Amino acid sequence: MSAKTTKKVRLKIDGTEIAVPEGTTIMAAAEQLGVWIPRLCYHPDLSLAGSCRVCIVEVAGMDHFLAACSMPVWEGMEVRTNSPEIRQARRDIVELLLDNHPQDCQICERDGNCELQNLAYSLGVRERLFAGERKQPAIDDSSVSVVRNPEKCVLCGRCVRVCAEIQGVHNLSQHGRGFRTVVAPAHFAKMDESVCIQCGQCIIVCPTAAFLEKSSTDLVWQALSDRSKHVVVQTAPSIRAAIGEGFGMPPGTPATGKMITALRLLGFDAVFDTDFGADLTIVEEAHEFLLRLDGHGPLPMITSCSPGWINFLEKFYPALIPHASTCKSPMSMLSTLAKTYYAQQKGLDPKDIYMVAVMPCVAKKFEARRPEHRMPDGTPYTDAVLTTRELIWMIKSYGINLALLPDGQFDAPLGLASGAGDIFGTTGGVMEATLRAATRLATGKGVERIDFTEVRGVEGLRETYVALGEKSIHVAIANGLTNAKTLLDKIVKGEEKYHIVEVMACPGGCIGGGGQPYPPPGVKVLDPDLLRQRAKALYAIDASKTLRKSYENPAIEELYVSFLGMPGSPLAHELLHTSYRPRLPRGIR
Amino acid sequence: MNTEPSVQSMDNWPEVEATARQVLGQKICQHIEQARQLKRPESHLIAILHKVQAEFGYLAPAHLDAVAQLLQVPVATVSGVASFYHYFRLHPRGKFMINICLGTACYVKGADRVAQKLMDELGIQLGETTKDGLFSLEGCRCLGMCGLAPVLTVDGDVRAEVTPDRVASLLEEYVRKGKA
Repeated sequence: MSAKTTKKVRLKIDGTEIAVPEGTTIMAAAEQLGVWIPRLCYHPDLSLAGSCRVCIVEVAGMDHFLAACSMPVWEGMEVRTNSPEIRQARRDIVELLLDNHPQDCQICERDGNCELQNLAYSLGVRERLFAGERKQPAIDDSSVSVVRNPEKCVLCGRCVRVCAEIQGVHNLSQHGRGFRTVVAPAHFAKMDESVCIQCGQCIIVCPTAAFLEKSSTDLVWQALSDRSKHVVVQTAPSIRAAIGEGFGMPPGTPATGKMITALRLLGFDAVFDTDFGADLTIVEEAHEFLLRLDGHGPLPMITSCSPGWINFLEKFYPALIPHASTCKSPMSMLSTLAKTYYAQQKGLDPKDIYMVAVMPCVAKKFEARRPEHRMPDGTPYTDAVLTTRELIWMIKSYGINLALLPDGQFDAPLGLASGAGDIFGTTGGVMEATLRAATRLATGKGVERIDFTEVRGVEGLRETYVALGEKSIHVAIANGLTNAKTLLDKIVKGEEKYHIVEVMACPGGCIGGGGQPYPPPGVKVLDPDLLRQRAKALYAIDASKTLRKSYENPAIEELYVSFLGMPGSPLAHELLHTSYRPRLPRGIR
Repeated sequence: MNTEPSVQSMDNWPEVEATARQVLGQKICQHIEQARQLKRPESHLIAILHKVQAEFGYLAPAHLDAVAQLLQVPVATVSGVASFYHYFRLHPRGKFMINICLGTACYVKGADRVAQKLMDELGIQLGETTKDGLFSLEGCRCLGMCGLAPVLTVDGDVRAEVTPDRVASLLEEYVRKGKA
């Protein structure tokens, strides 16, 4: 696109005249007229592939159809987006894609929200005329987070592009050629032997079920029906901002209370709030930050809540490991306390507690299995991780209409949380929560700032200076790992001296996580507006609370008084902190 | 500030680089270093893979990993390229390389039946190598000797007017050679 030139080009689309800037594609020009050209491999935030040919249109004077996604308009162009011939050609193209695709829609995870299924229906594919040879590559379920099923793949390449362009991971590539082409990690290796960081963005952008999270719903159903287990659930901040979408509520509708009621109906014995873990993370992390600021440990300190980011750190930037906060993530802190502090309070054997975490994230499934997050006997503190999508499915499968439920309340003591915990779910939230706590700790004064609006927004890369007592603190925020790379390279080269850096692996932070609901019809995945609405819900919840600072949370105070001692105490270190190590294969930055 | 010592201690680049250098050998490492001085180092990927294959006979995952690290091109890209092009071999080749021409003239004269007989006798498909590492079998398009069709080459030796019933004795000849 030539951004400099403002030259307008006049053309006709389906008989209507329109003038658009030079360089505009046929598809973009048509959208301005309200004409939606069908598409599959195209995504506005990714590079052009032009490979699926679903978006073909007729252009006067051309002897073949043109792909609307990649063809720029020209002066006097006459485009037809619909004719019997185009409709037939598009239908043939999709029929041919289906020919090499399993006919198992009824038992497929994506049934009802599959782009290929919707496309086939809207183009009028009503029978399968072609029946040729089918490729049947094996399913790769080696990873605890992401399952790759190349049999469902239509080679649109969106996963390859999101992995390379948005996440900078480059784990996937099209291998082989022609009929035998397969999207796979290098050497056709298994996902758990690849540089995959398990963020799950490939799942979100896949139009079919070629990538899915590894389901934990069976484990959870089983635990719920086991009378000897005390089944406890915690929900991450961003779940409440997105779960309503699964039940027809508009994006950005906070649904905390309804979600809690639904979890009780499913049979959980206690419903806790990961926000409590977030508050605790903040207290520990602010304490750690001030120590580092005093010269105890390297700066900048980089946040460590996002497990996709931690995987990226260990594989791509091992040199920066000493910069990562040693604090466990909110999920792992809460799970650890559930099987120690809470078990003690309740007089339960930790072995009888089954801890389920509902996360917007598939990398959390990997985090939960890390050896660092296990009890001394080897049992994981977090027994099962469900994504937002999995929980929505369980609620529906149980026959509950979430939208109609009354509001419930989280259980004490691990369910009481401040608004600072809620905003963890969006990019900039951990930073703001840390600043709220650090200002208080550094100045020791009772009156301090709550809103740090300068760190809000869903843009991928932000930096600013914030006053902390008498010091000016240089802070930076990145979401999406390609953005993070820009920041991390500056740190490695010593070009920029930051004090504190927040990195979230997924675009927009957890609200755009790889485990979040597929967008409603008509909304594209990764849509910044969708992310903004989910973020708005979290800021609204924060603003509506009287309790907005993590260290003012009475449940946290009580925890320190009766159990942990002081922030950074030996027990706090044993239970709430962790360590990282370089991991192979090493990724290419 | 006490950042520097601890920052370096976690970095595994020295080991990764040393492994890569050891796998590829000095000559190829020099080529990669030269490429990295140029404007678009990644555009030299195919040329470098050719050199690696010339040196080792094929491209093993360890070779591709090493090229990726030293050239700083994602390994999925390297292995995607290596698996796309017909010329690159991802498995070690056998002691003897059989190339059967499947071009038009040879095909009309029955090369498909010869190829099938070779596959049956060797127990492999085109593009594969026998388990004992003795034979690799490839199909190709026209060796420029249509007058001798159907034609095949074994390590460059031309065998003319091959028929399916001559395949067994032809292979036997090389099995004996291989043992000698």
